[in-house]
Amino acid sequence: MNHLDIEDFLSNSPYQIEQQEKEKILLPFLAQLSNQHAVACSPYGKILKARNKINESYASIQEIPFIPVRLFKEFKLTSIKDEDVIKTLTSSGTTSQTVSKIYLDRDTARYQTKALVTIMKNYLGNKRLPMLIVDHPNVIKDRASFSARGAGILGLMNFGRDVTYLLNEDMEIDFEVLGEFLKKHPDEPIFIFGFTFMVWQYLLKPLHEQDKTISIPQGILVHSGGWKKLQEEAVDNNTFKKEIKTHTGVSSIHNFYGMVEQVGSIYMECKEGHLHAPIFSDVIIRDSFDWSELPIGESGIIQVLSILPHSYPGHSLLTEDLGHVVGIDDCPCGRKGKYFAVIGRIPRAEIRGCSDTHASEVSL
Amino acid sequence: MSTNQPLINAFSSALGIDTSAVTDELEYNTIPQWDSVAHMSLVAELESAFDIMLDTDDIIDMSSVAKAKEILQKYDVAFEDKE
Repeated sequence: MNHLDIEDFLSNSPYQIEQQEKEKILLPFLAQLSNQHAVACSPYGKILKARNKINESYASIQEIPFIPVRLFKEFKLTSIKDEDVIKTLTSSGTTSQTVSKIYLDRDTARYQTKALVTIMKNYLGNKRLPMLIVDHPNVIKDRASFSARGAGILGLMNFGRDVTYLLNEDMEIDFEVLGEFLKKHPDEPIFIFGFTFMVWQYLLKPLHEQDKTISIPQGILVHSGGWKKLQEEAVDNNTFKKEIKTHTGVSSIHNFYGMVEQVGSIYMECKEGHLHAPIFSDVIIRDSFDWSELPIGESGIIQVLSILPHSYPGHSLLTEDLGHVVGIDDCPCGRKGKYFAVIGRIPRAEIRGCSDTHASEVSL
Repeated sequence: MSTNQPLINAFSSALGIDTSAVTDELEYNTIPQWDSVAHMSLVAELESAFDIMLDTDDIIDMSSVAKAKEILQKYDVAFEDKE
């Protein structure tokens, strides 16, 4: 597929095509990426060769070879020349853990941004909304080395205006700033973004403990970054949503699932609580014993496919997350394609969500 | 007054570069000063300089100074050199 095909494709409405049709559309993109990366990225080529997967023609997206996401920690996997790297993304692993390194060229970076725009517009509308970030302003201050958290925040800032940080440098809610912000935007939707753990730890907990509420009934909260730390406190998505509603009045709440190895291909939660695969990416749930595809409702390891990664062989990855497909094409929210749930990490997988790594630095 | 000057000033101040470096050919991500963080400041500067609100798509597409001029014209900002 050439350049222009993809650009057009990325501006399509992301949830209109039914699964069967979608898989037919994705197949040639993914097949070409497999073959292209096998040539351009020699370690990746060797893996495919060892598994007899080189230059194969693939009959379905299920046949596209996948590699464990962990390999991006252990090897430099890139399909571009060093001088074409414009950005290196690192996963949120803490210093004690190794991090993934993902090398982007201009095309891949642009595809990622475009894909994210297409997805977010589906939830936020076309207009940029006044934006509250549940974090402190210094999170993107050191631009040479900001964290995965900072990079995530920055990516989402494209959808906001009058961007305002809800926390001060001591990680306390800045009620004064919030009051002024809400006074300026009394009757319009407000886009609120934060990492799941940050929202819980620095917004909901203090409000709960101080028995306070804030009122942002028109708020649309988008959050991401992993549930592991919250699960340890027995906080699941429903509890989280209930607490948000109680303490902030926000009722439009969307978690998303995504990873640094496939930035742009995010899986947003709809109002029914389901994560949806957009047109340019997909999930396959695999049996951990024989790697076969599992049917709807059966839990296994999540494989993620995306047509965005052109500068590194990350178009088909086996994650360290467990989940199951909830349904196909028939979510009551109207979005087509697969919708699924993430239920946790493969046992003994390291902590690595954007908010979880922060969690490992603070004592709970 | 030419609207080129406010545009040049906005780029210069948002990216922290000399006004002489703001040429039509200057592209996003080709100099360290114009990265994704600076791009956000640039959007804010342009919006306040021309009293407009850019669409997300336009923020993403604003990949060079020339492209910025093209985009701003959609918001009824006129540039002399296009006359």
